Amino acid sequence: MAMKLGKQTFCFEKGVYYMAGASIVGKKEGEGPLGSCFDMVIKDDLWGEDSFEKAERKMFSSAISQAIAKAKLQEDNIDLIIGGDLLNQIISATFSAREFALPFFGIYGACSNMAQSLLLGACLINAGYCNHVVCATSSHFSSAERQYRFPLELGNQRPPTAQWTVTGAGAAVLSSAQANVQIESATLGKIIDLGITDANNMGAAMAPAAADTLAAHFNETASKPEDFDMIVTGDLGMLGKDILVDLLLQKGFDVKNVLYDCGCMIFDQSQDAHMGGSGCGCSASVLNSYLLDGLNSGKYKRLLFAATGAMLSPTSALQGETIPGISYAINLRGAKV
Amino acid sequence: MIWLFAKVFVVGGLICVVGQIIMDLTNITPARVLVLFVTSGVILSGLGIYKPIVDFAQAGATVPLTGFGYVLAKGSMEAVDKNGLLGIFTGGLTATSAGIAAAIIFGYINALLFNSKSKN
Repeated sequence: MAMKLGKQTFCFEKGVYYMAGASIVGKKEGEGPLGSCFDMVIKDDLWGEDSFEKAERKMFSSAISQAIAKAKLQEDNIDLIIGGDLLNQIISATFSAREFALPFFGIYGACSNMAQSLLLGACLINAGYCNHVVCATSSHFSSAERQYRFPLELGNQRPPTAQWTVTGAGAAVLSSAQANVQIESATLGKIIDLGITDANNMGAAMAPAAADTLAAHFNETASKPEDFDMIVTGDLGMLGKDILVDLLLQKGFDVKNVLYDCGCMIFDQSQDAHMGGSGCGCSASVLNSYLLDGLNSGKYKRLLFAATGAMLSPTSALQGETIPGISYAINLRGAKV
Repeated sequence: MIWLFAKVFVVGGLICVVGQIIMDLTNITPARVLVLFVTSGVILSGLGIYKPIVDFAQAGATVPLTGFGYVLAKGSMEAVDKNGLLGIFTGGLTATSAGIAAAIIFGYINALLFNSKSKN
């Protein structure tokens, strides 16, 4: 198999394996349909810290430690941590990395962070630079809310298209040593902007990017949606997911029966999250719990994980700019049973 | 008495319904609705339209944000009558000073007593 297919898809023919994953989520996420799948559910959003930002960092570093422990490795075995988050200057990732005496690579792909870090980690392992890479990301409802939207005290109404930022963190250990789950290939995304300006409708802003990346993956790897047990997007929410189905149908791919979205999976309708969950922690916690368990047990043979990011900033949103979207797709192969 | 309560409730409610409709049908943020209401209150009062509504519905018209605009405009106009053009700058804030000071003081007390929490 070639190293690169088409313009956007990398193949990892030397073998890149998903050794372990860890997930930590907040109380609301713990009460959702996937509550029992997560490694840890924190009882209150501050988790004993004096700010939501500190609580987010604690989730970030705890997820990393837990993932390393679940991979039965020591901190010394890890070559690199790749991480990012939603807060300005990615402070959750960089401040958490202070606790590890390890090389660190900070990334920003908004809510696509999990897929972006997995893609980079897989490249570095396949190229032989690293043996074990930890990929991690996090988000926190309250820290994101006050950075991107309004002070928590304002208590203003959320429009029906809004999504709920997931309080959660996920970390993965990638390795060159054989494990059940393998990353076969990954498709890089392009920045796509179809002109959505509403920061309360990010599913619609990100769906075109997901459609572009998924179509590129199908075309470049000569695969079809039916080849996958699940195609899972990160946090498009219900509206964004419907838009993605339509956009892919226009490109000649029918994903209706295999498409799932972490944002739709993590909350149920009764939880008042409107269109569903969002944030880096959404796809990261779902991938590193429910989905990874399914791959490890052989329930899913092939899974395409396409996290999406809305690349807006609070300043650009206030200036009325449109929202560029990005999506990276990771092709995962489950345990052979 | 009951008739007065009904007037206050209906007029105050209708003003809030306008705000709700703006938020539901447009992408205008709550902060912008706030500014829009205060400014409309000033303009409607300046044109003499808001005074009859206040006379009719009392608190129903003065408690919503348009009422703050009404007090700003009324204060400015009274100060202009009394002190001349300088009143444009002094009157509004003098008339609304109780509301502004109360907002700052109660806001400060709240910040001392309570911490922000995640929504449920």
